[in-house]
Amino acid sequence: MKRFLPPTIVAIVLLGLWQWWVTAFEIPVFLVPSPVRIAQTLVADWALLSGALMVTLKVTFLSLVCSVVLGVAVAFALVQSRWIETAFFPYAVLLQVTPIVAIAPLIIIWVQSPTLSLVICATIVAIFPIIANTTLGLRSVNPGLVSLFRMNGASRWQTLIRLRVPSALPYFFGGLRIASGLSLIGAVVAEFVAGTGGTGTGLAYQILQAGYQLNIPRMFAALALIAATGVLLFVLMGWLSHRALGGWHESARATDSAF
Amino acid sequence: MLTTAAPAVEILGAEKTYSSGTRALLPVNLAVHRGEVVTLLGPSGCGKSTLLNMIAGLLSPSAGEVRVWGNVRGTGAAPAASGVSFVFQEATLMPWARVAANVRLPLDLQGVAREEADARVSDALRLVGLEKFAQAYPRELSGGMQMRSSIARSLVTEPTLLLMDEPFGALDEITRNRLDDELLRLRRQRDLTVVFVTHSIHEAVYLSDRVVVMTARPGRVVDELAIAPSVPRDDAFRVSTEFATYAKRLQDALLAASTNADEALA
Repeated sequence: MKRFLPPTIVAIVLLGLWQWWVTAFEIPVFLVPSPVRIAQTLVADWALLSGALMVTLKVTFLSLVCSVVLGVAVAFALVQSRWIETAFFPYAVLLQVTPIVAIAPLIIIWVQSPTLSLVICATIVAIFPIIANTTLGLRSVNPGLVSLFRMNGASRWQTLIRLRVPSALPYFFGGLRIASGLSLIGAVVAEFVAGTGGTGTGLAYQILQAGYQLNIPRMFAALALIAATGVLLFVLMGWLSHRALGGWHESARATDSAF
Repeated sequence: MLTTAAPAVEILGAEKTYSSGTRALLPVNLAVHRGEVVTLLGPSGCGKSTLLNMIAGLLSPSAGEVRVWGNVRGTGAAPAASGVSFVFQEATLMPWARVAANVRLPLDLQGVAREEADARVSDALRLVGLEKFAQAYPRELSGGMQMRSSIARSLVTEPTLLLMDEPFGALDEITRNRLDDELLRLRRQRDLTVVFVTHSIHEAVYLSDRVVVMTARPGRVVDELAIAPSVPRDDAFRVSTEFATYAKRLQDALLAASTNADEALA
């Protein structure tokens, strides 16, 4: 409870100020709609917006799953040898530093399915922290434990499963938290690019449409949904990591006041 | 297999030179006999850990030979399966596993059946007085208890030779003294041969049958001192004149060695 009360108070105060400011200074609704107006729009346009939300959520989750599966696979490949890492890691960086807005139009042209093209774009955005963190984690193994495994005649497989993978978990979950946010950003950005091409009906497309129609309350309502999704994803990943690392890792214990 | 006539450890001119040309250890000749506690004493960089790692089979000598129970290192079974256990400078426990699982690890890796392994884990934990903490996570234990878990893990394979690399160096003196006593008790109970690395003169005198004095730049063995086996190892020994005499002699040996080394450099 202690964790949720302060941010809730801040939210109520800010929304209250916003409402008061808009009302007191008679700000026109096409410039800044009041929180109450946005809430009303959210309810009134729910059929439209919830459909769009589902599309965005689908792209976000699919790309997050792809990032995790591919990212972890790439990380496992990279740690097989220093040579492989030296040879291929720069290309992972290349993926990271290329702006998605620049490649998205190409991918949308090349890939027939709109959903697939959006998922590819969002995956490109989200995959890097998974690769980087998991690689680091798989390498960050206590050297004493490595010696212990060697002295007991552990196979390469046993060392991987019993030592490297558990050692990498905290790093992986750190990457997952960042990737979850990035997959949503990737989904929205890709849709902005794709939306101009007439495909997709996600939240980003709703924002574009509402912008053309000067339907500012709907723009804000869609924005609020994206923000809420982002926060929810972050909380969900935090919970997952806490469940997986509970008890043994510092990061999972950080919220226990006793420590 | 175990040849009773052979010494526990036989080091025949083993030396270590790294590819960079650094001479970590000049040729060493040393035998450790069954049931002995031999301490390698010296400052950092004297090659004591290098020597211990060569006995463990974790490092191979650049020249010379290391034999454990008559078998040349680097051939045959994994070290742990041939009755050698290693205790590291730190507890080196897996933070994600409970104490019992940590202690069982060597047995799991060697493919010992679950039931037998569990029985041996209970025995090992009882031996170090941690039976109540089998289900705790390492981070819930004090430094001394973590070290005890680590010792339990090294004993679970029922080793005949225990190699310890400054195991109590990070602990406070009171805990360290208590663990020294426990080690001597375990050694009697389990008929262990122990090679113990330390930079503490007092620990060396208290634990050893024999102290091997080493020095740095380059790492080498310079002296050896036997501690009379008739002396009872207890608190009275720690404050006795005899103890002080041994400590003084070791200190002099270390000092003489380092002065000679400095002169050689100059």
